[in-house]
Amino acid sequence: MRHPVVIVGAGPVGLSLAIDLAQRGQRVVLLDDADRIGDGSRAICFSKRSLELWDRLGVAGRMIDKGVVWKVGKIFSGPELLYQFDLLPEDGHKMPAFINLQQYYAESYLVDRVLQLPDIDLRWRNKVVALAQRNDHAELTIDTPDGNYTLRADYVVACDGARSGLRGMVGADFSGETFEDQFLIADVKMTAAFPTERWFWFDPPFHGGQSALLHKQPDDVWRIDLQLGPDADAALERLPENVRPRIARMLGHDDFEFEWISVYKFQCRRMQRFLHERVIFAGDAAHQVSPFGARGANSGLEDAENLAWKLAMILRGDAPAGLLASYEIERGLAADDNIRASTRSTNFIAPHSRQERRLRQAVLALAKEADFAKRMVNGGRLSVPSVYASPLSTVDADAWRTGPEPGAHMLDAPLQTASGEPVYLTEAFSAAGRGFVLLESANGAAVNVPDNVAHLRIGADAPLRDDAGLFAKRYDAAPGSAYLLRPDGYVAARFRHPAPQAIEAAMARASGRA
Amino acid sequence: MLSTQSNFTDPDAAYRLIVEAHRGLSDEQSAALDAALVLLLANHIGDADVLHAAIELAKRRLSDSQTKGT
Repeated sequence: MRHPVVIVGAGPVGLSLAIDLAQRGQRVVLLDDADRIGDGSRAICFSKRSLELWDRLGVAGRMIDKGVVWKVGKIFSGPELLYQFDLLPEDGHKMPAFINLQQYYAESYLVDRVLQLPDIDLRWRNKVVALAQRNDHAELTIDTPDGNYTLRADYVVACDGARSGLRGMVGADFSGETFEDQFLIADVKMTAAFPTERWFWFDPPFHGGQSALLHKQPDDVWRIDLQLGPDADAALERLPENVRPRIARMLGHDDFEFEWISVYKFQCRRMQRFLHERVIFAGDAAHQVSPFGARGANSGLEDAENLAWKLAMILRGDAPAGLLASYEIERGLAADDNIRASTRSTNFIAPHSRQERRLRQAVLALAKEADFAKRMVNGGRLSVPSVYASPLSTVDADAWRTGPEPGAHMLDAPLQTASGEPVYLTEAFSAAGRGFVLLESANGAAVNVPDNVAHLRIGADAPLRDDAGLFAKRYDAAPGSAYLLRPDGYVAARFRHPAPQAIEAAMARASGRA
Repeated sequence: MLSTQSNFTDPDAAYRLIVEAHRGLSDEQSAALDAALVLLLANHIGDADVLHAAIELAKRRLSDSQTKGT
């Protein structure tokens, strides 16, 4: 028996990919070598983009109900507040800028969703121990408590994390930069009145000369991250009796319990290729970043979303196998963006040389009275979706003042149905089907679209109204203009005066047929 | 007048450019590079009043920018 897709690794990326594929009508086998979801809080910050994906997968509601919603970050230097930022300073979006949620909650909600979908066959304690690439499929040898068996699949997706076994089996290297500084991550349980903001310190009074981070999670758990420098002894530093006084100095009291303690060194690295014949790599298996910026799990979820619709189209025969090349191009560029941003942050937080430290200190000192220096203070630039320079995008032929350009993700906006019910654009997009969508500013009769394109028409006499005018503003929309959205919500093309042939050509390009 | 508003479209990239320029240099060489950069950029600005204001601001923040620890 041949399976269309086998996913290896039931973490947030593998689980989300399985759900997305199943919702697109594909049967999926999902393997994990553990007997249940992982322990430890691990990833805690989930971005608006990730939540929009999870909303489409039917799990965002539970995530947000449990999670801590936040959007404000504060940066301190010594005891002083240097500046603060707001990651979503405008209204009219269904999803918040970020939530904090322990990874085990996210995984358990995803598993619950998986169990509702009969097309997903989730197999715990199934460990891939060998891989053979055939002409038109891959063959996996799986080790289980009951012995070995063989699984054949058109495509294997490796979501098996930073220590990916499959990466070794395809013989790919995983190179990049290792940072010498060590960081202590402690999740502590306590009742505290700190606001739900991300607080980051350079050289705080309670941890001189190093950096510190404080961030709230559900269940009165707080993520604390303390820089220890390159010479710290990790084995000693992770002992609770040594961690306790550090945390007590920070909090000014000793009234807390430990949930999780870990000492880390960070790496920024990626595979050169994400496609290895019939094996596709996603998430931490394909690329790894430092945690400053919440770009690990979030970029993995973006990988899953980018891959799901492409694999589904290929498996249905609606797109050539070559469409997968765009996964590697788009997510490779995103990995480079994320590695660049996270490397810059890590270098700013942990300077490499005396001169780099002097420059960093000068920026921090000047930031107290010079705006330009504030803008250079880097305590982590938080995850935003990349704009893809992509072969799937049709270059603008018309003039646009603003709005998401081809290769950028759609923006949400609050709309109304014809009967006046509020609905968000992202909800209408999900409800329109799972394929391409033409988002049209209605002007008389609907534009003719190919059969496989769904229609969303917005206007005074259209099925959707834009009473607040935010759709028109965010999309630079004028009557008659239209955006062609890919199944993952990215803009494929946009037109001031859409003609059926132009839409058809953009569809062909975005499906890898051009 | 000295502009202290952010003038770069990508301030992180500008900061990295300066940091990278020092990579692989000894401390002595770094100090020499900085001195040459100050002179070049001062000449590019070509305005003694602006230079004076920049020196004032940098000196005012000097005590804050002293490296603590190692």
